[in-house]
Amino acid sequence: MAKEKETVPSSLITLTIGLAVAGISLWYGQNNGLFPEQVSEQAPLVDNLFNLMTIIGTALFLIVEGAIIFAVVKFRHREGDETDANYVEGNLPLEIFWTAIPTFIVIGLGIYSVQVYNEMGGFDTVGQVAHHHQGQAVEVADMPLGRMNSLLAVDAEGNSQYGIGATPVEGLQPPDLSVDVMGVQYAWIFTYPNMGIVSGELHVPVGTDVQLNIAAQDVIHSLWLPDFRIKQDAIPGQKSQLRFVATKTGSYAIVCAELCGAYHGSMRTQIVVHDPEEFTSWVEENQIAQNPDLEQTIAVNSRELSDREFLSPYAERLGIDADSLAHLAHHEG
Amino acid sequence: MAQAQIPLNSPPSPPAETNGHQHPEAWKWYHYFGYNTDHKVIGIQYIVLSFVFYLIAGMMAMFMRAELYTAESDFLDPNVYNALLTNHGTMMIFFWVVPVAIGGFGNYLIPLMVGAKDMAFPNLNAIAFWVNPPAGLLLMASLFFGGSQTGWTAYPPLSLITNNTAQSLWILSIILVGSSSIMGALNFLVTIYKLKIPDMRWNELPLFIWAMMATSILALLSTPVLAIGLILLLFDINFGTGFFRPEMGGNVVVYQHLFWFYSHPAVYLMILPIFGVMSEIISTHSRKPIFGYLAIAYSSLAICFVGLFVWVHHMFSSGTPAWMRMFFAISTFIVAVPTGVKIFSWVATLWGGKIRLRTPLLFAVGLLAMFVFGGLSGITLGAVPFDLHVHDTYYVVAHFHYVLFGGSVFGVYAGLYHWFPKMTGRMYNETLGRIHFVMTLIGTLITFTPMHSLGLQGMPRRVAMYDPKFEFINQICTYGAILLGLSVIPFIINMAWSWRYGEKAGRNPWRSLTLEWQTTSPPAIENFDEEPIVWAGPYDYGIDTQSFEAVPSVEEMLKEVSQEVK
Repeated sequence: MAKEKETVPSSLITLTIGLAVAGISLWYGQNNGLFPEQVSEQAPLVDNLFNLMTIIGTALFLIVEGAIIFAVVKFRHREGDETDANYVEGNLPLEIFWTAIPTFIVIGLGIYSVQVYNEMGGFDTVGQVAHHHQGQAVEVADMPLGRMNSLLAVDAEGNSQYGIGATPVEGLQPPDLSVDVMGVQYAWIFTYPNMGIVSGELHVPVGTDVQLNIAAQDVIHSLWLPDFRIKQDAIPGQKSQLRFVATKTGSYAIVCAELCGAYHGSMRTQIVVHDPEEFTSWVEENQIAQNPDLEQTIAVNSRELSDREFLSPYAERLGIDADSLAHLAHHEG
Repeated sequence: MAQAQIPLNSPPSPPAETNGHQHPEAWKWYHYFGYNTDHKVIGIQYIVLSFVFYLIAGMMAMFMRAELYTAESDFLDPNVYNALLTNHGTMMIFFWVVPVAIGGFGNYLIPLMVGAKDMAFPNLNAIAFWVNPPAGLLLMASLFFGGSQTGWTAYPPLSLITNNTAQSLWILSIILVGSSSIMGALNFLVTIYKLKIPDMRWNELPLFIWAMMATSILALLSTPVLAIGLILLLFDINFGTGFFRPEMGGNVVVYQHLFWFYSHPAVYLMILPIFGVMSEIISTHSRKPIFGYLAIAYSSLAICFVGLFVWVHHMFSSGTPAWMRMFFAISTFIVAVPTGVKIFSWVATLWGGKIRLRTPLLFAVGLLAMFVFGGLSGITLGAVPFDLHVHDTYYVVAHFHYVLFGGSVFGVYAGLYHWFPKMTGRMYNETLGRIHFVMTLIGTLITFTPMHSLGLQGMPRRVAMYDPKFEFINQICTYGAILLGLSVIPFIINMAWSWRYGEKAGRNPWRSLTLEWQTTSPPAIENFDEEPIVWAGPYDYGIDTQSFEAVPSVEEMLKEVSQEVK
């Protein structure tokens, strides 16, 4: 038996298997088709990182699972053979090999992740500068939710801002458009501070550097834009941000990703990416609709409204049903 | 004789001694329902009690999958759905995997494997167990108040404003099981250190013991931190404090740190004992020494150590600054290395063995196959940029069910089949065991594999209602879950029937070399009728059997050895 095996050129078999594994892994890693559309500048960065991990992962998966299946089939106990297997306690070079290779792989992945994170804007060093600028703007606009002032006070004490900020390319540039995002049970409220617009949907122009200043009113929410591959928790008492450039027009999902109560699943809305002209007309329409009397910045002073009253016009669009509004009413008590 | 188990500086605790003289010949069935200091009784109490919770939590999962069959919230009230998801997670973690793996296998096997009569502190051990039923009752009681609805993570402020009574009961329940865990961990460490028979060198410890050592250290270091976080939360809910209330100057992210400082290591609490079980089963049923004993032993300790420094990877999208995200991404990647070492070593153990694919090994190999995939998806989650996309989505749900169900639960099944002959003295039914395995494997694959794609495509976790475009994949998952639910039936029939009517097993049906197989099945009340003898390393398969046509049975060898000793 053993002699027969030796006549097979094992190096050739190994080479063939290696090439097959490499081929399948490379192909699958790049054609896994697991992601939705790429709509932000960050999306290709994230997808490429995942695809690289998928290539490595597929190769490891095929090798290890292949070895398991091969071993279980090949080294099955034969009927009537009551002896034990050969006494093999270990193989130091082999053990060093399979400790060292994964170590190099994970260190490489670590470095690559840090680099991708940097390119995405994770190390935003100018967030503070831009942020203070925002603070002023926010004060000018009439806030839809009066309680936000307390959050600003906390923020003025210098709490750092978490999330994805300016990329190294954007540098010290302030964003072209900044929108305040408030998470409440169970809706996102988008305020365009300089335009006097409050909306249940996020509208942005394509190719524009957009910054979202994220806050939460009641509990933790998490703003997730799946097609943009970015997510940031909205945390009561702390401010966070997401900054991105949309690369494609269309409507895409906005999802709350952090359990925020019974109707967490219905806390969905959409981001609409417009052509610049389309966006301008959207802004104009909404400014007229929301501000018929310019002395009163917002037609209805939302400070006097409860969450429920404020949200009810948006209810249908936000996918909230009457039950959840009733639930909100219950909470306000 | 150097077999005496007298600790160096303190006498064995008195109750053990008195019991030694007073206990009956063998335990009757009703002894299993009362306070009993025998580690074997306690081990079986843990296993059976936690299995009951496994069934309850499993039923909860069935109801959730039924709700998720359609995109609308139409089968359950969303509040009920959230209560189910919270208690499903809580029970599966704190009342099933942790108690069965640590309390069940740990208690039953540690004294037997190190050749001791009982645990170092038998009364503490019994108390640690008897904390569990009231904890379970508190949790069940919370369901009558609407149940905690904030996930097993109970993040404030949501946990501060939702269902206060149920949430408080939930907290008390978790603090109780946490205390049980601390008492158990202390007991294990002292038992291993003090009551190991002197003949057994440290590098002859069964790998399960090494794994339990790492587990116990981890539990001792991290569980108190969870208790701190939960007590603060309890105070915020009931006594007007504001540790986690932003409007009172509190900080909600601090809770997440306290919670995950325990709850990430808890992941290892749930898998390290199972890794120990794996080493025992794979080596025994492949009839081959474990490949790289020291590497496996030390990798447990490495996982224990590095595992203490990875908790922020659960908080990458939370209020964490960039440096923190990067640091914990790297540490998370590093944890993959010792885990990989274990997996490669097990595959190498199988390689060239004489593999007997009995049910325990089927589950062990199934675990290996599942864990490779779950481990790889875990590495991807360590990469912050990618994690930001999939955090709190079904990708994560898929990942942790792969490692917790495909890993821990497969391992628990493997261990139950493997030690069933020892615990009951009877063999289980092999055919039913195989049916159970096939159903579980297929059910797991169908249920959890498609969830990866759900998460990548944009479905968040913990939702009762979701975007209708995900309906089809969710229906596949639900069918898988039904199969998974049904797979428990052959297991229960097998266990119940075999316990009474199974074939007599004898001392050592697997011809295993660890000490627990040297005694009778089930073992006598103080474990060993004669002092156990370390006559071979725990995995020295194949040393001297190559040249023999007929191998002497272990009983014969034992007789021979004990005669020599006398």
